[in-house]
Amino acid sequence: MKQFERTFDSLLEGMQDLSFAGVWRWKEQHPGAKSVAFFPVYAPVELVHAAGMLPVLLSGAGDRLDIQHADSRFGSFICSVIKTTMEMAMTGHLEPFDGLLFSSICDSARNLCFVIKRNYPRMYVDFLHLPHSTSDSSVEFLTEEYRRIVVELERMSGAPIQPAALRRSIALYNIQRSLVRQLYDLRAESPYLLRAWESYVLIRSGNFMPVEEHIEILKQALDYLPSRPGKKRDAIRVVIEGAFCEQPPLELIRLLENAGCDIVEDDLAIAQRWFTEDMPLTDDPVRALAESYVHRSVYSSVRHDFSKPRWEGLAEKVRDTRAEAVIFLIAKFCEPAYFDFVLFKKKVDEMGLPHLLLEFEEKLFTFDRLRTEVETFVESLVFD
Amino acid sequence: MAEKPVSEYRGSIHQQQKDLMLDWYQRLDHAAETGDPPTVSMMISGNCVELLEGFGAIPQYPEVNALQLAIRHQSLEPILAAEEMGYAGDNCAYVKADIGCMLKGITPTGGRLPKPTLVLCNFVGCNTYVKWFEHVSAFTGAPLFVLDVPFLRNDTPSQADIDYVVRQLKEVVGQMEELIGRKFDYDRFRQSVAYSSEVEELWSQIKHLAKNSPSPFDAYFDAITLMGPLYVYRGKREGVEFFRAALNELQQKVKAGEGVYDQERFRVVVEGPPPYPYFRTFRDMFASWKAVAVASTYSTVGGLWEFGFRHDAKNPFESVAMHMLAQNVTNRNYLQRYDQIRRYVQEWNADGVIIHFVKSCRLFSAGQGDMRDYFTKQLGVPTLYIESDLEDPRYFAEAQTKNRIDAFFESLEHAKRTAAHAVSA
Repeated sequence: MKQFERTFDSLLEGMQDLSFAGVWRWKEQHPGAKSVAFFPVYAPVELVHAAGMLPVLLSGAGDRLDIQHADSRFGSFICSVIKTTMEMAMTGHLEPFDGLLFSSICDSARNLCFVIKRNYPRMYVDFLHLPHSTSDSSVEFLTEEYRRIVVELERMSGAPIQPAALRRSIALYNIQRSLVRQLYDLRAESPYLLRAWESYVLIRSGNFMPVEEHIEILKQALDYLPSRPGKKRDAIRVVIEGAFCEQPPLELIRLLENAGCDIVEDDLAIAQRWFTEDMPLTDDPVRALAESYVHRSVYSSVRHDFSKPRWEGLAEKVRDTRAEAVIFLIAKFCEPAYFDFVLFKKKVDEMGLPHLLLEFEEKLFTFDRLRTEVETFVESLVFD
Repeated sequence: MAEKPVSEYRGSIHQQQKDLMLDWYQRLDHAAETGDPPTVSMMISGNCVELLEGFGAIPQYPEVNALQLAIRHQSLEPILAAEEMGYAGDNCAYVKADIGCMLKGITPTGGRLPKPTLVLCNFVGCNTYVKWFEHVSAFTGAPLFVLDVPFLRNDTPSQADIDYVVRQLKEVVGQMEELIGRKFDYDRFRQSVAYSSEVEELWSQIKHLAKNSPSPFDAYFDAITLMGPLYVYRGKREGVEFFRAALNELQQKVKAGEGVYDQERFRVVVEGPPPYPYFRTFRDMFASWKAVAVASTYSTVGGLWEFGFRHDAKNPFESVAMHMLAQNVTNRNYLQRYDQIRRYVQEWNADGVIIHFVKSCRLFSAGQGDMRDYFTKQLGVPTLYIESDLEDPRYFAEAQTKNRIDAFFESLEHAKRTAAHAVSA
């Protein structure tokens, strides 16, 4: 039991370490192997893995790096994760990586891709166009787009990606995603066994280590958790929506729980929950990746399926987890989340559910105002 | 008292464009009344107006509505209405103004705007549009088609990119046929593509006239005036006639050696949309220095033609796809924009670059600090960076903006004088 509790410290350290010691270690153990970092929200990590490379999430520096240079490149009204990522680039923090992959999540992130490309011309920096449509032509297109990325990765590694290797990678990530699903199910069922911040660390830390290691950690957690001592408490069941890219400080997640919220669903670790079911292992695995993206992925403010509105996705989430309230946790200047808030809020209102909007920045130091807001919100529900 | 600067050129083309745009608004009003002609909501950037001609349909441009409101100082009320319903202070104010108007029944001319037959999100590079058009569809109940245009990751689009857009254009045709109950007129579409290529040739020639010194028109402020007909009438005979008249008028000015001002003191390239709520005030800040924009990126939002691209009636679908993918500033990548501006500075012989950061538009503005770094440090081009907004009047700091513009031209003047002195010595 103690060992399990200690695991959190090392996982947390791994995901907050701006020197990426784990990535350097992996590269030492795999001489000549490359590492590719991807900017949130989603990236086809299976392709990177099948190329024999280590995929690593790149999502800013939180409160661990002062912005001294990046402000001169990205001015006012731009979210923090863009600036801290740029600051990381400008202060040598991206040296462990041989490549950076960006995708079509928002205009700022896209421009960041090209700004980094100009300033670091020796690095492989690419932009992946993920379709905003779910027609059959989108599958065709994305298959070709993934094949383009495959060619780039092969150029970097110097070896072709064999379909069998890609199928093995897909199978591994299927296991990882299925374990993550189990963890979320367990949390929704028995939130007292696993706090949201703990599950967040368990899952998100997987972005900074080989998937094989992460699978073992998740298995151990799932073995242990049902027998973990824990007490049911009086709390309201809430869904957190909106923090899919820039991440709130861990302290903020703890604050929500301490104020009396059981977070039964969230979009904080959405990369590892991207697919709603296992990806099929077919003869054309690149196409399977594309098909799964277009037809079998989660709703998200940065992925558009106009045959099924995203607010219906949120409504399903609320119903499935029997949530009593929705907390919109939105990063300052995050346009996709703020646009979706308008129609999400409308839906939540129609469902008769209370909701609260909280704005955060990854580098938040004082939490008093937010604590008061959350406590007032929870009290208003408990004493209603 | 200082002489008030004559800040703009008012030729007959300005009146003609006004008439054309009013006529368009009247047709939209008629469509609202009778349902005819069918209308399609589209984004200006990378618009496929030619396709609409195949159905005798006319475009509605929410951006044009938004900017018209701003320029008439009417944007704040709808923006506040949208914020009241949940839009954030940091959401694009174009969207807020448009949605606010829709909910309050405000239109720029006072006429009515029809419920669109189709909301066609010809998303090119602007992620905000995906949300905007989804909201327009949700609030009007009009059907939505999202035409997913792959962003230009490399210098040119791949065959897969082109095929993808062509397939979707054909899907749009199929959906329009169902909605309107009428077959697509392919010949009329092809004719429209042919008109477009004529208009583009004329427009490109106009743009190149700004290489003359003095430039016969301001390629930022005056170009914006000409952009209305370019987007609404590009695929029509009226468009060809208008731009032929415009080219002719401006060629006459070049022949007569007439510029925008009695004397052209500075030539600049402008990057970014204008602050529409203070359009005139902003223009006057440049006029007082007799500074002329010889090129601008904003005037290539709807299409980039001065470097040679034309629609092609022999391959109408493919050329419409190429235009959407690669020949408008918003779907081209950020470094291609640096290169576009660099060419303007060098080939149009400019003294400096004005970068106007607009809070609403991260597509334009995110990373403009790096752009400034490139021009000042790498190329040694004097650059001014100013901030406001294209729609929300609350973000325009008049005194501060004027001070920065004055300081920039003062230093340019000083540099010119020093250089001239060095040459004569």
